[in-house]
Amino acid sequence: MTAPLISLADVVKDYRSEAGDFRALHGVSLDVRAGEFIAIMGPSGSGKSTLMNIIGCLDTVSAGSYRFEGQDTAMLSEAALAKLRGAGIGFIFQGFNLLPRLSATGNVALPMVYAGKSGAERKARAAELLSSVGLGDKLVSRPSQLSGGQQQRVAIARALANAPALLLADEPTGALDTKTGVEVLALFRQLNEARGVTVVIVTHDPEVARATNRVVRIQDGLIVHDGPPDDAALFGVRAEVPA
Amino acid sequence: MIGPMLAEAWSALVANRLRSLLTMLGMIIGVSAVILMLAIGGGVQKQVSDSISGLGSNLLIVTAGGGRQGGVFGGAGTGASLRIEDAEAIAALADVVAASPSTAVPAQVVAGPTNWATNVTGATPSWFRVNEWPVDDGRAFNEREERAGARVAVIGQTVGEKLFGARAPTGEQLRIKGVSFTVIGVLEKRGQGFGGQDRDDQIVVPLTSAQRLLQANAFRGTIRTVSVSVASAQALEPVTDDIVRLLRRLHNLREGEQDDFQVANLTAITDTLSTATTAVSLLLAAIGSISLVVGGIGIMNIMLVSVTERTREIGIRMAIGASRGAVRLQFLMEALMLSLIGCGIGVLLGTSLATLADNFIGFETEIAPASVGIAFAVSATIGIFFGWWPATRAARLSPIEALRS
Ligand SMILES: Nc1ncnc2c1ncn2[C@@H]1O[C@H](COP(=O)(O)OP(=O)(O)OP(=O)(O)O)[C@@H](O)[C@H]1O
Ligand SMILES: [Mg+2]
Repeated sequence: MTAPLISLADVVKDYRSEAGDFRALHGVSLDVRAGEFIAIMGPSGSGKSTLMNIIGCLDTVSAGSYRFEGQDTAMLSEAALAKLRGAGIGFIFQGFNLLPRLSATGNVALPMVYAGKSGAERKARAAELLSSVGLGDKLVSRPSQLSGGQQQRVAIARALANAPALLLADEPTGALDTKTGVEVLALFRQLNEARGVTVVIVTHDPEVARATNRVVRIQDGLIVHDGPPDDAALFGVRAEVPA
Repeated sequence: MIGPMLAEAWSALVANRLRSLLTMLGMIIGVSAVILMLAIGGGVQKQVSDSISGLGSNLLIVTAGGGRQGGVFGGAGTGASLRIEDAEAIAALADVVAASPSTAVPAQVVAGPTNWATNVTGATPSWFRVNEWPVDDGRAFNEREERAGARVAVIGQTVGEKLFGARAPTGEQLRIKGVSFTVIGVLEKRGQGFGGQDRDDQIVVPLTSAQRLLQANAFRGTIRTVSVSVASAQALEPVTDDIVRLLRRLHNLREGEQDDFQVANLTAITDTLSTATTAVSLLLAAIGSISLVVGGIGIMNIMLVSVTERTREIGIRMAIGASRGAVRLQFLMEALMLSLIGCGIGVLLGTSLATLADNFIGFETEIAPASVGIAFAVSATIGIFFGWWPATRAARLSPIEALRS
C-alpha cells in the first residue's frame, strides 16, 4: 500500500489564553489514505474543528507531527503551506467564510487567482463549478443575496476550484435543511467516487456519517473510536454514557 | 494576479467611498498646494522674464541722485545731478550703442472734460529704440521736433483709454500742466512693470519740450535718467565701470566722495528677482509637501484600521491559498491606489485653482508639466512607504488567528 495522504502522529494542540492554557487535542494519531471518505464525530468542544484546522494547514501542532503526502508540514515554508492551502486542500468552513464583496463567481475564482490561473480559465472554471453545484443562474450574486444552502454550495465550489486531492468540510450540512443536506452529501459522494477526492467531513448527524466509509469519533481531544459506520460508531458515545 | 487584485483594491475603496475620500483629503490638499505654489512661482518667473524682454536687451539705466549728501541718502532720481552733456559723453563710450536721456515729471493731464494724473517722460527720439518700445498707432516724434521743443506727445494705452475712451487718440489735443500738446502716436501695450506699476500709464514728449514747458525751474536743464543700450551682454559690466568713471570725472567727484548717480544693470536685477521668486515658490512647495507627508500618515492610519477590520477576510484569503506576499501586495495596492487617486484629484484641483487664479483674479500662473509628474512620483512613493507597515501587518497574521477574529 502507498503512504497515507494524511498522517497525524501523537498530535497535541494547546491553546494559550489569559485564562490559562487549554489542551484541545491530547495526542491524536490518524492515518487517512487517498480516496477515503471519512466522518469525524464527537460532542461539541471535543476538538473536531481543531483537528480539521491542523489537517487543513491553517493551524500548527503543539507537539507530534502532521505529514501531508509524506511531507512533514512543520518543515514546509510559508509559501509552500500557502500553495498547499490553495491547491492541495479544499476547505469548507463551519461558517461559510465567503467574501461578501465578491460575487459567487469572484469567490470561486479567488483560489485560482492565488494559484496564478489566467482570467479566462478562472471564469470558465468558476462557472462550470457553480453550475455543477446547481448555481448556474447565480453566477453574479453576492453572498448576501444567496440563501444559506446556496452560500454553502458556493463555498463547496470554491473549495474545489483548484481540484484539490483532499476536501475538508467542517459541518457542511449543519446549516442546511434535510433535502439540501442530502444533495450536498451526494455531491461529496460523487466527487469521492468519480474523481477519487479524499473527503473528511465533521458532522453531528449520524445519517450523514452513515453515508461515509469510516467514522472517527473524538471525545475530549482523544480518538475514542475509529471504524466503519456501524451503530457502535454512530451512537457509541451515547451507548457508553449510561451507568 | 495583479489584474484581479487591482479590481479588488478598487472595489474595497469604493465600498468605503466616504472614508476613502476623507483619507485622500491629505493627499489632495498636499498635491494641489504643491501644484498651485509651483504654478504661482512659474507665473512670477514668467512675468519677470517677460519684463526683461519688455525692457530691451542689454540695457543700463543711469539715474540721477542716490549719492550720500551729508549723511542723507538721496534716493535714486531725486538729485539734479545728471545733464544732457552726461548722456552725450556716455554715448561716446566704447560698446555703447545709444544713450537716451530722459526726464520724468508727474502731471495732471486734461483732455476736454476728462483729466488724469500720470507721469510725463521727456525723451529724445532714441528713447523708443533703446527701450525697444515701438509706437503702435501714429508715429514717434523726430529729432527736429525734439530740438525745436515741439508740443507733440506719444501716449501710453492706459492714458489713451482714460482720456479719450474708445476714440482714437492720435490727432487729439491734450493739456499737460496747462500746456497744449497734440497726440501724434500711441505706444504699444506693455502691461505691468516690476513694482506692479502700469507701464502703459505714461506720456512721452520731446525732452526739450519737457524741460522748457513742464519742469520746475530748479531742475531745468537736468535729466532724470539715461537709458544706455550696450552692444552685448558681455559688455554690460565693463561699460558700467566706464560710465561710473566717466561721470565721476565729469561731476568732479573726489576720491572718497559718494557717487551722485546710480547705474543699474537691469539684467542683473531681473536675475536676482527670478532667483528670489524661485526660492519663495520652492519654499511654499516644501510647505505643501509637508501636508503630503501628513496625507501619507493619514493613509497609513486608515490602512491599519482597514487591516484590523478585515482580519477575517485576510484569514479567508490565506485559507484558500493567498501567500503572505499576495496579502501584502493587495494592501500595498490599496494604499497606492488611495494615494494616486488622491494625487489625481489634487492635480485637478491644483491646476483648476491655478487656472482660476490666472483667468479671474489676474494672478499670473504657469503650470509646469514636470510638477504634475513629480506629484505622481512622490505620491506613489508615499503610498508605498506608508502602506508598507499596514500591509506587512496584514501579511504577518496567522491564518487561523485571522479566521477566528
Ligand atoms: N482559540 C482558542 N483558544 C482557547 N481555546 C479554544 C480555542 N479554540 C477552541 N478552543 C477550545 O478547544 C476545545 C475544542 O474546540 P473545537 O472548536 O475544536 O471544538 P469542536 O469539536 O469543533 O466543537 P463544535 O462541535 O461545537 O464545533 C473547546 O473546548 C474550545 O473551548
Ligand atoms: Mg467545530
